[in-house]
Amino acid sequence: MSTSATAGPTGPSSGTGLSAAVDLSPKSRPGERVITVVLQLSAYASIAITFGIIAALIQPVTEFFSEVPFGDFFAFDGTYAVLPLVTATLMVTLIALLVAVPLGLGAALYLSEYASRRARKILKPTVELLAGVPSVVYGFFALTFVTPTLLQEILALDVGFTNALAAGLVLGVMIIPTIASLAEDAFSAVPQAMRQGSLAMGANRMQTSLRVVFPAALSGVAAAVVLGMSRAIGETMIVTLAAGALKQFSLDPRDGMQTMTGFMATTAGGENPVGSVAYNNLFAVGMLLFVITLVLNLVSISFVRRFRQVY
Amino acid sequence: MASATSADTFPNMSSLGEAHVDNERRLPAKPVNPVMETRDLNVFYGDFHAVHDVNLSYGRHEITAMIGPSGCGKSTVLRCLNRMNDLVPGARVDGEVLYHGQDIYEKRVDPIAVRTQIGMVFQKPNPFPKSIYDNIAYGPRVTGMKVDNMDDLVEEALNGAALWDEVKDKLKQSAYGLSGGQQQRLCIARTIATKPDVILMDEPCSALDPIATARVEDLMLTLRNEYTIIVVTHNMQQAARVSDRTAFFTARPDETTGNRTGLLVEYDLTSTIFSAPGDKRTEDYISGRFG
Ligand SMILES: Nc1ncnc2c1ncn2[C@@H]1O[C@H](COP(=O)(O)OP(=O)(O)OP(=O)(O)O)[C@@H](O)[C@H]1O
Ligand SMILES: [Mg+2]
Repeated sequence: MSTSATAGPTGPSSGTGLSAAVDLSPKSRPGERVITVVLQLSAYASIAITFGIIAALIQPVTEFFSEVPFGDFFAFDGTYAVLPLVTATLMVTLIALLVAVPLGLGAALYLSEYASRRARKILKPTVELLAGVPSVVYGFFALTFVTPTLLQEILALDVGFTNALAAGLVLGVMIIPTIASLAEDAFSAVPQAMRQGSLAMGANRMQTSLRVVFPAALSGVAAAVVLGMSRAIGETMIVTLAAGALKQFSLDPRDGMQTMTGFMATTAGGENPVGSVAYNNLFAVGMLLFVITLVLNLVSISFVRRFRQVY
Repeated sequence: MASATSADTFPNMSSLGEAHVDNERRLPAKPVNPVMETRDLNVFYGDFHAVHDVNLSYGRHEITAMIGPSGCGKSTVLRCLNRMNDLVPGARVDGEVLYHGQDIYEKRVDPIAVRTQIGMVFQKPNPFPKSIYDNIAYGPRVTGMKVDNMDDLVEEALNGAALWDEVKDKLKQSAYGLSGGQQQRLCIARTIATKPDVILMDEPCSALDPIATARVEDLMLTLRNEYTIIVVTHNMQQAARVSDRTAFFTARPDETTGNRTGLLVEYDLTSTIFSAPGDKRTEDYISGRFG
């Protein structure tokens, strides 16, 4: 270390002379070690927490199924029937995706492919701001505007005070920013050279966006949609307020219906003593919700693996 | 235009010239009925004056090389020839760019129509993340070309780019499985699939090894029979080997602002540029004496 920096380049022989002085023996770096451990812990923490939650679910769930037969749980009718909740959840989520996927992806394509730099600078943060609106506000919006004004007055639909349609629509609006923002990131990550290649062949902007940028960004787009979908499935406040608390099997979106999360929020209200069947029912529904979300995620991932274009 | 200095200014020139006999073509001193022409072309990026008063003409079925030090505006001029500069925010073009006598910067000209006639191959291979087949079929599909048999067209284009034999068994595989040189030839194949009139190439070999470079150069000489090629290159030997005419650009600092504005120094038959350049700056550059 005491050798001066200029000595090396000046004399060609000094290179070999120096090598004897260079210390290559291993050194202990305690700081490095600590940081590695801390980072490792934080990485494993999220996995540990996930398994912890599953473990916490298992005991009440097994207790529940020791008292209620499988057939009574996976049924359309009865006190513990879960299928009406499942169909309600799926319907509300589907409506939400029908709203949010076209609008979210449209907004993302506009922002990344068409908007001027200035428009993008203003619009993107605004869209992301929408993601910060508390869901209870969306719930009231569904209850006080979407149902009475939009659905009943303007569209003259015969909907109840609470209905799946209003809940789904507002849920869709809620997840638009998630989908738009993540999809925009995916579109922007597509190299400019690819767009230039397309345009240089005489493609117009829409062809370039839809046939080159979109497929190239597909895995990011799918991730955006999956995340939006997961948020919609798990969202509780909007559906509790706008879809109602009546557990009933119906495929008519104009009806009020209780979703899985809506059921859990209502049932967890406190009137069911710990360990009672009704209390354990909550965990069984929660477990099922967890499994459904997991399966949907896995399906989406394999879909993306199949169709994505790697560049 | 003295011709006495040829041997000592560019000793390699004679051997390079012999490598491709058909390059020794008897061409008129100036292109007759040029396919493209720039007249008093000036390009600005915002306030920055990138290129000053370029007057150039590009002959039919000729290869024109544009050479010069980095930053002298070669790519800028090239991008004006098919209006790719439209995509650069803040870019402004003054003067005329004539294609068969028509100014492509006129208001009623559709830049997309221009680009279907004047294709472009980029410095870095930029295939689409699709199959080899779909890369070729993309252009004809988006431009709505009448195609009787797409398979034949794909084969023809890949043959045209001397790539068919290497990829004919894996047309459905991703283009990203190809080597860099193969990808670049795929990009050339993709461009000729739309049957353009002119092909612009911006340093098409700079990312390639010498063997891949030689293949692309051979390809250019073949393509010259059907297309008009305009190529930007940093490789002087390449310009000497493949081009019919060479335009030498340089950048000159502005006296007041210090901005380096590009300008055309000399434009002539390649043999003349490399054997008897008329300008001292050209001579210095091609003999490697450039600062
Ligand atoms: N998109 C752009 N925005 C602003 N300035 C640009 C842009 N593209 C090029 N320039 C400037 O214009 C001048 C000419 O650039 P150009 O890329 O045409 O040079 P070049 O001759 O192709 O250089 P090289 O040999 O390094 O590719 C340079 O000073 C460059 O900084
Ligand atoms: Mg360049």
